[in-house]
Amino acid sequence: MAEVSTQTILDGLGEIVEEIVGIPAADVTPEKNFIDDLDIDSLSMVEIAVAAQDKFGVEIPDDELKNLRTVQDVVDYVQGLAAKA
Amino acid sequence: MIQLAQGRTGARILAFGHYQPDNVVTNDDLAARGVDTNDAWIRSRVGIAERRIALDNESVLDLAVAAGGKALAASGLTPGDIDLVIVATCTAETQVPNASATVAFRLGISAPGAFDVNAACAGFAYALSTASDAIRAGSAQNVLVIGAEKFSPWIDWNDRTTCIIFADGAGAAVVTGSDVPQIGPVVWGSDGENADKIMVQDRNSFLSQDGQAVFRWATTALHPVALEACRRAGIAPSELGAFVPHQANLRIIHGIARKLNAPNAVIAEDIVNAGNTSAASIPMALSRMIERGDVRSGEPALIIGFGAGLTYAAQVIQIP
Repeated sequence: MAEVSTQTILDGLGEIVEEIVGIPAADVTPEKNFIDDLDIDSLSMVEIAVAAQDKFGVEIPDDELKNLRTVQDVVDYVQGLAAKA
Repeated sequence: MIQLAQGRTGARILAFGHYQPDNVVTNDDLAARGVDTNDAWIRSRVGIAERRIALDNESVLDLAVAAGGKALAASGLTPGDIDLVIVATCTAETQVPNASATVAFRLGISAPGAFDVNAACAGFAYALSTASDAIRAGSAQNVLVIGAEKFSPWIDWNDRTTCIIFADGAGAAVVTGSDVPQIGPVVWGSDGENADKIMVQDRNSFLSQDGQAVFRWATTALHPVALEACRRAGIAPSELGAFVPHQANLRIIHGIARKLNAPNAVIAEDIVNAGNTSAASIPMALSRMIERGDVRSGEPALIIGFGAGLTYAAQVIQIP
């Protein structure tokens, strides 16, 4: 799988977050913490992970999910797996 | 050659009935007992406002008998007409004997076939399908199917991952033969690899659940099962008058409903006032929806049970 640009992941993640929890995509910026800044709970994080899996083609299991605290963490994770693929 | 019994073309549900214990436990009650939670948290995570918890003097058999008796009375049949009793439960007080024979006896049903089904929260859908198949095969004429659970003794009331969710109750249906099928083909299955996601480890343990894993499974694996049940019944999702999934979590219910895309279906939200009553949740929700007039007789309804095992089962039925 080709490398996915940071902007592509940010845009995609913004769309997902807006659709699932109703937070405007523009608020989904790299430094934001999902729980503390965006007020997203653990079940919504599962839904976001599943949607991200469909969109980016990389699996985010529950064990990994708890380590993905900020938007940048997700970007790094997706890019890391995409690079390995 | 061995002769076969004369079966029926199809089966239909004559009536539902339900019973809930009187004791109401609100979210504020749980917080007041010292559970580290609050009303807003519970409502946003699982969608429950209150649940019913049976007192010590009320057993799962009592719940089953109460619901079964109501369904029987509403069906117009007499106890003597019933020749098979199936109780879906995973919280029976005894492993031996089973619940169903005692429940049948207490309802005045004489010498019926009687067995319990343990498919956890999918139990009612499994039992209903078995009842329908028994009637079609000629093994039974009229079947009383009961889903009954008293989860409260299996809950650690200090464990906020479970004690806010599970509750007590019972629902029942009387099933009979029909020339026009009103219970569709079941789509059922299981995933034993994930047996540890919802379990009671041993007889001295309480129920434990990996909520995140179960949520992921329920919101990703079950809508294809629901859609397949519609397809096999020849009913488009748009024709459904009701969607009655197991009442596990309001967010799971809405998640599956969104993917089902059944714009004309009333979505069961019985969990708000009943909690998660496992095998009882589907018949209890249906019984209460019919009682309130939320659904009309003759409308197709999709039911899907899912839970520990992991097990799942779905079928389309016609509202009696």
